Amino acid sequence: MSAEANSALEIDRSVGDFSYPEKHTYDAGVGLTEDTIDYISNVKDEAEWIREFRHRALKVFREKPMPTHWATKDLNNIDFDKIRYYLSQGQRPTRSWDEVPDEVKETFERLGIPEQERKFLAGVEAQFDSEAAYSNVKEALEKQGVIFVNSTEGLREHPELFRKWFGKVIPTGDNKFSALNSAVFSGGSFIYVPPGVKVTHPLQAYFRINAENFGQFERTLIIADEGSEVMYMEGCTAPKFETSTLHSAVVELVAMPNAKIQYVTVQNWSSNVFNLVTKRGMAHENAEIRWIDCNIGSRLTMKYPGVIMKGRKARGEVISIALANDGQHQDTGAKMIHAADETTSNIVSKSISVGQGRSTYRGQVHIPKHLKGCKNNTECDALLINAHSKTDTYPAITVRGNQHATQHEASVSQVSEDQIFYMKQRGLSEAEAMSLSVNGFVNDLVREFPMEYSVELKRLIDLEMEGSVG
Amino acid sequence: MQCLRSRKRGHPIITDFLNQPTPDDLNPTTMSIDIRDLKVSIDGQEIIKGLNLTLPKGEVHAIMGPNGSGKSTLAKVLAGHEDYEVTGGSITMDGEDLLEKEADERSRDGLFLAFQYPHEIPGVTNANFIRAALQARLPKGEELDAVAFYKEMYAQMDALEMDRKFTGRSVNEGFSGGEKKRNEILQMAMLKPTYAVLDETDSGLDIDALKIVSKGVNAMRSPERGFLVITHYQRLLDYIVPDHVHVMKDGKIIRSGDKTLALELEERGYDWLNDAA
Repeated sequence: MSAEANSALEIDRSVGDFSYPEKHTYDAGVGLTEDTIDYISNVKDEAEWIREFRHRALKVFREKPMPTHWATKDLNNIDFDKIRYYLSQGQRPTRSWDEVPDEVKETFERLGIPEQERKFLAGVEAQFDSEAAYSNVKEALEKQGVIFVNSTEGLREHPELFRKWFGKVIPTGDNKFSALNSAVFSGGSFIYVPPGVKVTHPLQAYFRINAENFGQFERTLIIADEGSEVMYMEGCTAPKFETSTLHSAVVELVAMPNAKIQYVTVQNWSSNVFNLVTKRGMAHENAEIRWIDCNIGSRLTMKYPGVIMKGRKARGEVISIALANDGQHQDTGAKMIHAADETTSNIVSKSISVGQGRSTYRGQVHIPKHLKGCKNNTECDALLINAHSKTDTYPAITVRGNQHATQHEASVSQVSEDQIFYMKQRGLSEAEAMSLSVNGFVNDLVREFPMEYSVELKRLIDLEMEGSVG
Repeated sequence: MQCLRSRKRGHPIITDFLNQPTPDDLNPTTMSIDIRDLKVSIDGQEIIKGLNLTLPKGEVHAIMGPNGSGKSTLAKVLAGHEDYEVTGGSITMDGEDLLEKEADERSRDGLFLAFQYPHEIPGVTNANFIRAALQARLPKGEELDAVAFYKEMYAQMDALEMDRKFTGRSVNEGFSGGEKKRNEILQMAMLKPTYAVLDETDSGLDIDALKIVSKGVNAMRSPERGFLVITHYQRLLDYIVPDHVHVMKDGKIIRSGDKTLALELEERGYDWLNDAA
């Protein structure tokens, strides 16, 4: 980011910018080699198959070129030799609130989570650096046979379930960053919901980065067995550091016949983070997968949650909000792969570009010729706040055959000066007026977020807008 | 929308602090909006060319005039629209320089403009918008009492014969012309300004709506409040009876009188003043 852009952006980042003294028992050091992989596998005491999986992934990562032929050249600024790929406090995951380190509790405090909402934290799994510092599976969940652990524990305790689905929805070689994640992953959640079980409380995980130059490579795998239902929520706010930080997660969802999975994300990365995430779900017959995704902050986010509708009448949905401020590029979208008859997908994407921020929508909808009765609806709306804001849209909808229904709508709008004047005439400051306009623009989507997230979202939007006017 | 979720702390919503006595009350001569020799241009073209007007609290002044005379420009300049450049003269409100204040500060200080063409705010409900406007008037850290807020808003809506569904609809989005104007009066009733400028509030209203809107305005008439009613037609002044009528033409007030001036205008047309001027 140029100095000029910096000066135009005076956001109060007190909500996200803080860090604690680092205490790391295990540290794989800087850079990525075969030794790094062995170090991680040794520390985690992993089975041989997973060690081999990691080594194979490293080869794929090295072979794959940076996707700059279609994505931004900014990717070339990631210096893989300067990143720490594994850090751990070496703590066993804790099981009660009392055992949670004070530092983590303070993190929640600083994030301003209201008192009445802390009860939600009772079911929280929070990742503090690369291991879960806090993991409390509700007793009720255990009684229902629901497994909710971090991925390391999932590998160790439930290898047969884990191995069956791991890397099946997103193969190692899907893209350069899924390969990187496959080589060095640690942390993330493993969830298995048995047939017919409906998890009534959302499962939560807060992810944080707390070490400079530390790439966070969490790996999440959620399996909802036949007829089960589960909602998973993740929220990220990262402390700000001087040099670039890489976050590259892989999230795989498997919804067996008649199952439902909702995956909710609210992210507020500091503006030096590269956030390059691969998220995809596989929906079997009559199953439903919904991605609800909000991206605020980061230097560059590339994220296109996808659903492969593999069984008849499967449904996929992506609802996303992206806000790009000065020096930020939100490159987000959705992938809908129809692979069975009568499958239905829905994409609703809203992006906001502030100052010199840039938002890009990339969508891929694929309906092959031999299928019938498939439906897709795509809506993408962009809101530009200033004259220098930028938005671009690359929808790719491939529909073959004539027994399908698709619909695509796109709009670009700008907050008009007259609208702001009207609101100022009622006593709202320019920043308040902007905030209200932006909140209004995303309002119908914010309703899709759970209550406590919609409050946090509003707070994040307010913070972003405060810095955008002057 | 949960975005404006309130945290009740028991502060009364009836924020009629605008009518609280201030030190200025000791000097009643300054309790007015005073416009002196005002000159206004837009894109280099002079629209208002030396306008003088005093609007004291407790009075209703009407400004009439043909299209293009600068009536709406005056309304926008009073409210602080940045497209208009004040090239000369002064405006004070209760003795304070209005022109050096931002539009939002003028509003919080007690100035209200009912827009000729109210803007739409997609996705923001009427209730949340009005609430945010009231909240902006409270000291930092104080929160509006949501229960009292809704109670008052429902009462004001009943008086304006507005359906309660308007609380949950986006501000002015999909409203008919008449509904938008009613909504302006609702906002005025909730914000309780010291000075209200009504810019062609009668345009687009049928006779029933005109009566309801006028009733709403008349209910707010008080010794503590001044109104500037801008209108093209005399009809509105049958219902909102002014204390003074000014005729504006080519950026100036060319004639002032009592309410009979409006009737005379209606009968003889603006050309009559052309000849007289």
